[in-house]
Amino acid sequence: MEKEKDIAIQINDLKKRYRLGVIGGGTLQGDIQSWWARIRKKEDPNLKIGTKAYSKNETFMALDGLDLTIYKGERLGIIGHNGAGKSTLLKLLSRVTAPTEGEIKIDGRISSMLEVGTGFNGELTGRENIYLNGAILGMTTAEVDSKIEQIIEFSECRKFIDTPVKRYSSGMYVKLAFAVAAHLDSEILIMDEVLAVGDMTFQKKCLNKMSEVSQTEGRTILYVSHNMNTIRQLCDRCIVMDHGKIIFNGGVEEAIGIYLNIAVNDEIEIDYTRKKELFYMHDGGITSSLVRFLNKEDNIFARGEKLMLHLEWKNNIDISDLCFRIEVLTRDRAPIGTAMIYNFYSGKKGEIGRSDFVLDTSMLAPGKYAMTYAFFSKNEFGNNINLDNMKGLNFTIIRSENDILWDKKNWGNVMLNNIELLPANGDR
Amino acid sequence: MNKQWTAVIRPRNSLLDLRLKEVWRYRDLVRLFVVRDFKTKYKQTVLGPLWFIIQPLFTTVIYNFVFGNIAGLSTDGMPGFLFYMAGNVPWLYFSTCITNTSNTFVSNAAVFGKVYFPRLTTPIATTITAIINFVIQFAMFLIFWVYFFINGAAIHINWVAALTPAFIIQMAILGLGFGIIISSLTTKYRDLQVLVSFGISLWMYATPVIFASSSLSDKTFNLLMLNPMSPIIEMMRYGWLGTGRISFIFWGISWITTFFVLFIGIIMFNKVEKTFMDTV
Repeated sequence: MEKEKDIAIQINDLKKRYRLGVIGGGTLQGDIQSWWARIRKKEDPNLKIGTKAYSKNETFMALDGLDLTIYKGERLGIIGHNGAGKSTLLKLLSRVTAPTEGEIKIDGRISSMLEVGTGFNGELTGRENIYLNGAILGMTTAEVDSKIEQIIEFSECRKFIDTPVKRYSSGMYVKLAFAVAAHLDSEILIMDEVLAVGDMTFQKKCLNKMSEVSQTEGRTILYVSHNMNTIRQLCDRCIVMDHGKIIFNGGVEEAIGIYLNIAVNDEIEIDYTRKKELFYMHDGGITSSLVRFLNKEDNIFARGEKLMLHLEWKNNIDISDLCFRIEVLTRDRAPIGTAMIYNFYSGKKGEIGRSDFVLDTSMLAPGKYAMTYAFFSKNEFGNNINLDNMKGLNFTIIRSENDILWDKKNWGNVMLNNIELLPANGDR
Repeated sequence: MNKQWTAVIRPRNSLLDLRLKEVWRYRDLVRLFVVRDFKTKYKQTVLGPLWFIIQPLFTTVIYNFVFGNIAGLSTDGMPGFLFYMAGNVPWLYFSTCITNTSNTFVSNAAVFGKVYFPRLTTPIATTITAIINFVIQFAMFLIFWVYFFINGAAIHINWVAALTPAFIIQMAILGLGFGIIISSLTTKYRDLQVLVSFGISLWMYATPVIFASSSLSDKTFNLLMLNPMSPIIEMMRYGWLGTGRISFIFWGISWITTFFVLFIGIIMFNKVEKTFMDTV
């Protein structure tokens, strides 16, 4: 029988309650009055008539009965919307605040990076801050001593290491902070979107470093992010949280799918007059009013099926030689490709325009996509001038029967045209 | 399954679990906090570390003028300047300990909210920083002491002066104790912060800093000595200058009070530290 995996963190029925509204009486006098009234079993003079003490309505369960087991060496991703309870969970794990009910059992030292550079002091030099920050994160001076060279090397800040960090650029600051955190000796690492900062190369370096420490040293990593790409690259298991509960626990791709499904609702029509928040620009030359799929009851298309759109808009100025483009994005809004149509319309100010478009989807691998639309015109230098720009409908492409099972993670979202074989011909 | 857990996080811990072991494990952090405070405090200031001695020097001059020259209070035949300084320097140290530790939670909320380390390290570091300041100020006192001694003032140094380190440590513990009690309360009641500086300045008048206890009746003297700071200041002055009345019984009581305050302080502090992020 396979050896049972070693548990790093065991969470049992964890709850965290926050009181809503004003916390406490605010003044000492008020609290003493309430306390005195409680002791004498009298009615609290500070409560409004008709409300009960600690009524359920005044509280909010940030975590509502969470059970979770994390094994050693796992890289667990935690995703969910704002307010789902992710950060609260991390705060409890890193002991910044205490739970209301339940317990967390931990095997190993935890270090948390809820924010990089916590406790950095601008007046101190980079080197001094490494020691200070290391100590805050739980390292002894001797431990930092043994790693200082590695840390400086990783941070790419060697030249400035004896300069006060208040003179650093924000990028250098973050690099230095991350370098300290990445070299901690603890068995469990907790990270809350710390990678959202720093340039791409450094982000990649950090991710690699994280994967490396997890795989070679068997460290456990808990990672919260809204960036699905980093989740994909780093994690090997993923939980999805919603309203203080775990709604999914399992594979990364599945979890992302579930998360993104809650994130967007799959409409087949958008009335822009009511959804102003979808616009990226305001009061351009054109204001769009409606978009819908033509001849469709849902937003699921077989690969290669024509995607037909009907759009309506209003001209705010006289329009000539209008152009339109559809940007296709992944659901986590990473651009994949863009299709254009040039000079298809001209009209007067105040007129309502209507057009139907067809988008060829045969190059898109099966998966879930989002669109962004833009009306624009091209000036004499070939530059693009946006007239209107807004989020559009979402759609899903499903595999047609003859297709190979597409490995998106490695092959990408675009199915390029098939490779052609050149006829055999010796000297070319 | 039998498994050894490194840590178990529960809603609350036992009240009497002071968790001092953990603080000891983070002793490097305490040291680095002290270094940081010391290095950064007087960066970008005109007079720099001179501020350490300007404060006690000027207040002593003022006390000497107001209470000595104008009010004409007795200084037991001591040079007024030295008499006031002997009380003022330790008092200043004590009040610094309290005020600096009393806003621990509020002023460190940003760091405390992001990462866990034993919160007690912060007020301890603050207190140690204050000790360093005090040593400098005390050196200044010694210089004046030597000056007056050479010029033939009626100074009678005696063996009680050798207890000075004990006095310093006791004041540190007492200041820390009161400071963390106040800081625990201020997470919820900000108005206490205002009370602190006000309370300390009143407290000074209940301590023989600017007056000689010899001018008091026995009854008043006994009452005065129940203030844990009184025996310390009085004995320190007695040791270095040879004036005043000392009582080891009152000093003993003062130690008991000191440890009691520290004990209560740590309990309150540990209780607040767990959830203060939700209320601060």
